[in-house]
Formats: sequence, C-alpha cells, structure tokens
Amino acid sequence: MNHIDLIIPVIAPLLAAAISLSVGWRTVTKWANSLAAVTILGTGLLFAFGTRSRHVELFGGLLRSDPLSSLLLIAIGAVGSLVTVSSVDYIERELSVGATDRSDARQYATLVPLFLTTMVLVVLSNNLGLIWIAIEATTITTAFLVGHHRTRLSLEATWKYVVICSFGITLAFLGTVLLYFASVHSGSSPADALNLNTLVRRAGRMDKTVTRLAMGMLLIGFGTKAGLFPFHTWLADAHSQAPAPISGLMSGILLSVAFTVVLRLKVVGDAALGVGYVRNSLLIVGIATLTIAVSLMVSQRDLKRLLAYSSLEQMGFIAVASAAGTELAFVGVLMVIVGNALAKTVLFIASGQLQSIRHSTLLEDLNGVMESSRLLGVSMMIGLVGLVGLPPFALFVGELSIARAMVNANLVLPLLVTLLLLLVGFVSLIRHLGGMLLGPRTADEATWKARPSVYVALTLGLSASLFVGLVGSPFSNLVSSAAAVVAR
Amino acid sequence: MSASEFTTLLDLVASVLLLSSVIIVWRRDYGAMIKLLAVQGVAVGGIPLVSGIYLKDLQLVVVGMMVILLRGGVLPWVLSRRLADETAGSRETKPLVNTTSALFVTALLVMVGYLVTHPMLRRASTPETRAIPAAFAVILIGVFLLVSRKRALSQGIGFLVMDNGIDAVAFLATLGVPAIIEIGASFDLLLVLAILVILTGRMHAKFKDTDLDALSELRD
Repeated sequence: MNHIDLIIPVIAPLLAAAISLSVGWRTVTKWANSLAAVTILGTGLLFAFGTRSRHVELFGGLLRSDPLSSLLLIAIGAVGSLVTVSSVDYIERELSVGATDRSDARQYATLVPLFLTTMVLVVLSNNLGLIWIAIEATTITTAFLVGHHRTRLSLEATWKYVVICSFGITLAFLGTVLLYFASVHSGSSPADALNLNTLVRRAGRMDKTVTRLAMGMLLIGFGTKAGLFPFHTWLADAHSQAPAPISGLMSGILLSVAFTVVLRLKVVGDAALGVGYVRNSLLIVGIATLTIAVSLMVSQRDLKRLLAYSSLEQMGFIAVASAAGTELAFVGVLMVIVGNALAKTVLFIASGQLQSIRHSTLLEDLNGVMESSRLLGVSMMIGLVGLVGLPPFALFVGELSIARAMVNANLVLPLLVTLLLLLVGFVSLIRHLGGMLLGPRTADEATWKARPSVYVALTLGLSASLFVGLVGSPFSNLVSSAAAVVAR
Repeated sequence: MSASEFTTLLDLVASVLLLSSVIIVWRRDYGAMIKLLAVQGVAVGGIPLVSGIYLKDLQLVVVGMMVILLRGGVLPWVLSRRLADETAGSRETKPLVNTTSALFVTALLVMVGYLVTHPMLRRASTPETRAIPAAFAVILIGVFLLVSRKRALSQGIGFLVMDNGIDAVAFLATLGVPAIIEIGASFDLLLVLAILVILTGRMHAKFKDTDLDALSELRD
C-alpha cells in the first residue's frame, strides 16, 4: 500500500461531487469543483515528474500509474480546470436569464466532478473489466449533462447518445468476456486474468480465433466511445446540444481517453495475433472516420457541430497514425491529443459565450466576432491556429512525427489519403471560422461583458496551449516515455 | 446433484433463455414482454446458481441469487414502472419488420449463434460450453429487437435481452467474470436502464408519444 496516493485523483472529484450534491450551487461548490480538477492536474504532474518510480501498482494490479496514464491525468486535469472555472460563468448566466434552475445547477455541479472521476478511473485502471465499468460510467455521468437544457433537441441528442454508446459498450463487454475466456484457458488465474499486463504476458498462448473475435468487439465497442466509425453518429448531436463547457470536456478529453483504451488493447492484440489484425482495423476505421468527418465539415452551418466534426477528424487521424505502431507515431498521436484537448476546450468555452450573446450557434448568425468582443475573437483565432496544426502549437509537432512514422512504416498511401483529407478539413475550418471571426457583424446582439472566470479560463487555456508547444524537453520526454508504453 | 442432473438443469436453463427471447420477438404487448424478460433474467441467474450448487461453491450461489434478484426482479420492475405511465398504448405498434419475418430472422440468428461460437466449443466441451450457442443467439436476438422496434420502451427491452445473453455467455464460458467486475457491471446496467426510463418519461411529456421516429430533427 505504498502507493495509496494513486487514489487521490479519484477521491478528490468524488468529494467535490458530494459537496455539490449536499449544498447545491454555491460559492463553495464552484471552488470545490475547480480545486478537484486542479488536484487531478497536480497529481498527474507529480506522478510524471516526481522522484518516485514512474510505474507503480495498487490493489494487486487493479490500478496502476505509468507515464501514459500520468500524461492523461495532466490532460484531464488541465481541461477539467478550464471547464470547471468557465462553468461558473456559464451556469450563473443561465440562472440569471432563467434558462436553468437551482436544482439543475446542483445536478450540473454534481455530475461534472463525477464525470472527471470516471475518466480518471479509466486512465488509472489496469484491469479491462474495471476499464469497461468506468467507460460505461462516463456515459452515465454525462447523459444528463448532455440533456441539461431539457429541450426537444437535447432530449433527442441524449437518447441517441445513451442508446448508441451503451450498445457499443455492451459489445465491448462481450469482447471482455471472450478475452477473459481466452485468458483463463491459457492458464491465467481468474483474479488477474483481465489485467492488461497479464493479458500481454499470456497473449501468445491464448486461442487465436476467440481472441480475434474478442478484439473485434472490443475495438468497435471502445471505438464507439472514441467517436470512431461505425458508431460515431452520437457525437455531433451530443456535442451540439450539450452545454458548451461539457462539449469541451467531451471533445477535448473524453474521446481521447477512450481512444487510449484502444491503444492499450492494441498491445494485447499485437502480442496475440501479430501486428496485422489491429493495424488493418485501425487503418480502415480511421480513414472511414476521417472521410465522414471531413465531408460533413465542408458544408457545415453550425459552429458546435463543426467543432465536433473537427474532433471526429482528429480521432480518425490518430487512429490511422496508430496503425504505424512505432514510438515515433505514438509521440505524434499524444501530441495531437494534448494539442486538440487545449485548443478544442478554448474554442468550446468561447463558443458558449458567443452563444449567450447571439442566442444561436449557426455560423451565419455569428459573423463579426472580433467586432463584438476582442477577447472572444482573439481567443478563438489563437485556438483555431492551434487546432489546424500550425506552428508553434503541439499539433504541428504531432503531425510531423506522424508523417515521418508512417513513411518509415511503409504506410505512404494511407498517409497521402490522410493528408489530402486533413487538407480539406483545414480549408473548411479556416473558411468557416475565419469568416465568422473577421467578417462584418450582421446580427443584433445582447450586451455582453466578459466575467473574470471566462478571462481566466481562456487566458490559461491559451497559455497552456502555447506552453506545451514551446517548452521542449521536460514535456517531450514525458510524451516519449508515454508513447513507449504502447509502442512495440 | 449428479452430473447428469446438472447437465439436464443447464439444458433446461438454456432452452428457457432461448425460448423466452423468441416469444419476446413474437409478442407485441409490453406487459407480456416484461414478464418474459423477468423469466429470462431468472434463467440467466440460474446458470451460476445451478453450477454453484453442483460445484459446492458458495460464492457462485450468492452471485446467482443476486443476478436473479437484479435481472428477474429489479430491472423488469424498473421497466414496468414506466409502463404504468404509458398512455399511448401498451403495445409496440410500429415494428419495422412484421411478426412472421421477424420469427424467420430469429431462426437465422440462432443458426448464426451456433456458427460463431464454434471455436469456443472446440476449445473446451463441457455441459456449460455446449449451451453457449443458445446464449449467443439470445444476444443476436436482442440486437435484432433493438434495431427493428420503434418505440422507446421496446428498445429498452431489446437492450436488456442483449445484455442477458452476454451475461449468460459469461457464466457459461467461465462461470462469470470476477465478482467485483460483475457487481460493477450490473450497477452500470441498472443506472443505464434507469436513465433510459427517465428519458422515455421526458419524451412522453414533450412529444406525447414515445415513437422514436420523432427523434429526427438533428441531422446534417
């Protein structure tokens, strides 16, 4: 029990949720939620850069921390901090215009830290069964966050979200059961048969046919939660209807957290079935996802849907990149994850503010942001540059590494297809958002004044974004060792 | 319990499992479907219960009773609470596929179940594993219900049938995943179902109906 500190990032948000549930939406709640998110960030940094060993286990290998989980804790904590801080303003504003009531505010403040807990649990779990439970719990905790506004449209989005994600994740449970069967029959003891490190160790002796069936279901199942083809259809609806800070959490980090489960499973799959099976699945699924996302971005009319499809595009991109399977490729994948997390969160927070000024999320109603607010305009502009992968942001470094890794892995044709699709995505984003930011203001708007919490969230988000792009070695060392965890 | 009694009981449980799903496909009356779902839930829990008694394993017996309580009692009860408020009629009115074709599809799915599980049988042939094809067919029938029914409550039922099948496979293949995972997964399932029921209630209040065709405004 030397490493009991592993449960701090799980406990901290649970405490915050308990406070929110018992006292409702008050000053202490707002602080508690932000503090919980900062605690996750802090423990992530401590695990990553502290003096102790970077690979530790707890509860007989049920939980573990390694560089990859530390990096993700940092990302969850960072995005969580930005979102909890900006949520203060978001909810206050809704309360002041009567768009939400005290009990819904309490529900919001309770579910957000619970959602953070479930993501932390996904990241820290070493047991596939526990990972499954935690991923399913992310759907449970976010269902009523997506349905926060109780409108007809948000109800529709919530229903689709819950049904599609539960269906996908139920498939993953079947996959988990089958993998457990294969693992137990290869001689693992039932207690740790689902631990990821046991699975990797036993992989060579597991029945190939059963494992292939299991891996297929696991990839589709967890891929659903990562927004990958063929069950990606919940994503844009849920993102467009959820409150903007929640969209930020989901787009910025939830998808990536689910995707890293796929990466960890890839290690098991490669060891059991050789590299071809998972690699080809990732290539097919990735390119399909990318194609769908980009084609829906081109003529998109809604800002939040545009941002959601841009996340879908990123997920497709990193799925293709992961097919290369080398450390260099995963360095790129993780850079893209971090860059996307920060840029996407900033953009969603700003778009939530914009929505409250213009009462719309249609691009045609959002013209002339710069004219309305310098703060929002500049934030979105920088966020956009970070998102499309221009220097000096992390995404740029990530894309370069991925391109090199794919060439080295003889995946030139998929790389060319991917680059072409990314280029279309790039042009769509610039055209839509550029027009929106710089064009003349055509719509009327309510008077709007940025509150301190929005200033803080946007400024911190952008600084963090620039910081990881520029800081160099301590960060890139962490990314390299995290990539090494899943590289072959 | 002798080995032959054990085999007979397991075969009985497997046939109840399969038969109840086939009748759910056949019936359109929600009350009947939920009762069948409860029967099926008891059958799922029957697997660890019977195995536990046969193997003299107390933990398995306890797990079996918990599963019976959850799948045979609590989950159908949650669904029937919703049914009590359903004013638009207690029948599935708009399935995409008519009953005859649906039963034909079900027969095909049972065959697919046998084909897909072939490798697992090859690996270990015991009374338990020989029942896996039936459980697998239940999963497929659940998926079929999920995609072919158009009312919110029917989708909930399809979802549960699918999940019953998966849990049955788990018990038949490996005597269940470790207890902690089983408990966590059951808790998740209960919450998901509760959320679906609450959403159905909201849908009913907003649209005056729970026809899922009404959910078609969000699109690109």
